[in-house]
Amino acid sequence: MSKPGARPYLFTRQIDSFLTGVSNAYAFTIRFFKEAFLPPFHFREIINQSFEIGIKSLLLITVTGFIIGLVFTKQSRPSLEDFGATSWLPSLMGIAIIRALGPLVTALICAGKIGSSIGAEIGSMKVTEQIEAMEVSAINPFKYLVVTRVLATTLTIPVLSLYCVCVGLYGSYINVHSEEATGIISFYKNAFSSVSFLDIYTSVIKSVVFGFTIGVVGCYKGFNASQGTRGVGMAANKAVIVSMFLIFLEEMIIVQVTNWFRHV
Amino acid sequence: MIKEGKHQINREEAVISITGLEKSFDELDVLKGVDFTLYRGENVAVLGKSGTGKSVLIKIIVGLLKPDAGELVVLGKHVDKLKGRELDALRLRVGFSFQSSALYDSMNVYQNLAFPLTMNKKNLSKAEVDHEVEEALDAVGLASKINEMPSDLSGGQRKRIGIARTLILKPEIILYDEPTSGLDPVTSGEINDLIREVQKRYNTSSVIITHDLTCAKHTGDRVAMLLDGRFSKVGSFESVFTSDDEQIKSFYNYNFTIDSHA
Repeated sequence: MSKPGARPYLFTRQIDSFLTGVSNAYAFTIRFFKEAFLPPFHFREIINQSFEIGIKSLLLITVTGFIIGLVFTKQSRPSLEDFGATSWLPSLMGIAIIRALGPLVTALICAGKIGSSIGAEIGSMKVTEQIEAMEVSAINPFKYLVVTRVLATTLTIPVLSLYCVCVGLYGSYINVHSEEATGIISFYKNAFSSVSFLDIYTSVIKSVVFGFTIGVVGCYKGFNASQGTRGVGMAANKAVIVSMFLIFLEEMIIVQVTNWFRHV
Repeated sequence: MIKEGKHQINREEAVISITGLEKSFDELDVLKGVDFTLYRGENVAVLGKSGTGKSVLIKIIVGLLKPDAGELVVLGKHVDKLKGRELDALRLRVGFSFQSSALYDSMNVYQNLAFPLTMNKKNLSKAEVDHEVEEALDAVGLASKINEMPSDLSGGQRKRIGIARTLILKPEIILYDEPTSGLDPVTSGEINDLIREVQKRYNTSSVIITHDLTCAKHTGDRVAMLLDGRFSKVGSFESVFTSDDEQIKSFYNYNFTIDSHA
């Protein structure tokens, strides 16, 4: 219920707040597209941010990708053994890692590692007036902070995803090799034999979408941080939660669309 | 040591002219018709209790907030009608020193000063940027801190670096938001001296937002008292504080009591 004299709500406070948030996020995304194609372009900052993102996530992606490849192969083996089809393991893992696991695992790691970092950094700049300091120095903070970071995540996460696929397949190869003494070239040939151009294309598109989502959500939450240091923590936290939720939602939609194309 | 510049107050030329300025936040009316003029070369200290809209006023002057009503002309431009590059061009002529200093904490002192310069003057060489940074740091007496990170500086040093960052763009007007808040009396005195030195050396016009009477007396050529969303009294420090207005008297007496106990 609204207070006397206060602005009445359209629905309830929570629904109004949610709709306002969606509308603001939409406006934020539209502003990104407007600003991204207008000069000045901060190429150096995009490179710096891409480097930061790569360095921050590389070790985690290497370890996680390798373990996932290894464990999934180990877990899939007994089921295939029942049908005497262990020779299909490389193809199965190729499809699983390239189509789904590589982009998804990379995106989830980056949502946790990079999304929170972007949310906290920009949120901290917001509450300590550093963003206003840029504005009064005639520097466009949206262009310098948001556009560069969103472009960096959009460009870097597909590369990290590709790397995760390679490491994941290597993890899978280690398991296959230890059981069946398969050569690495033979393994990779088999792994890619069942993968179509559509799979690779979709995988890249997915990573681009996930990267864009992580960048936009992190920047949006940081840019709208308030309530001092508590707000910074909330911005980082919400950046991770919202990014992960959207990543799963996008994964579902993209898989549906790809399957539709596959059957056309 | 700062050299004496060509400082003089020109009462014929207003650099900021405000008429009937109003600003509200939801149901709260903060500014209720502010009238104010700042002349070239002049320092005006704006006094008032916390929450009276002093900082809101200077944020409107620099275009960070939009007024609800009234006319605001800064260096001949109607700020509320400016957008994009026109607003940026004006902002290069109006410096803003934040209460929290707002130094970029991921950059060292050199980078903090060089950043606004390199972003706005692309054709400067590295040597020219270095020279400008050194000159600005020299003006605030902190040339030795050039490679320090903001987290390694004291509160007073951060304020000085914040002022140096403002000076590096050679503004005609400087807006100081609570320049002495959170500082000990000695450091506050040094910042007050620095504000005066900057006025003389760069012939700047300044608005100094403060609730510190010593700061207002030391730095302001005139003092403006913001009460209930309006300037209730503007004039010399002595003329404002010999007023019969009860609110001004109580503000003065409270500050005086604090100073006596300090």
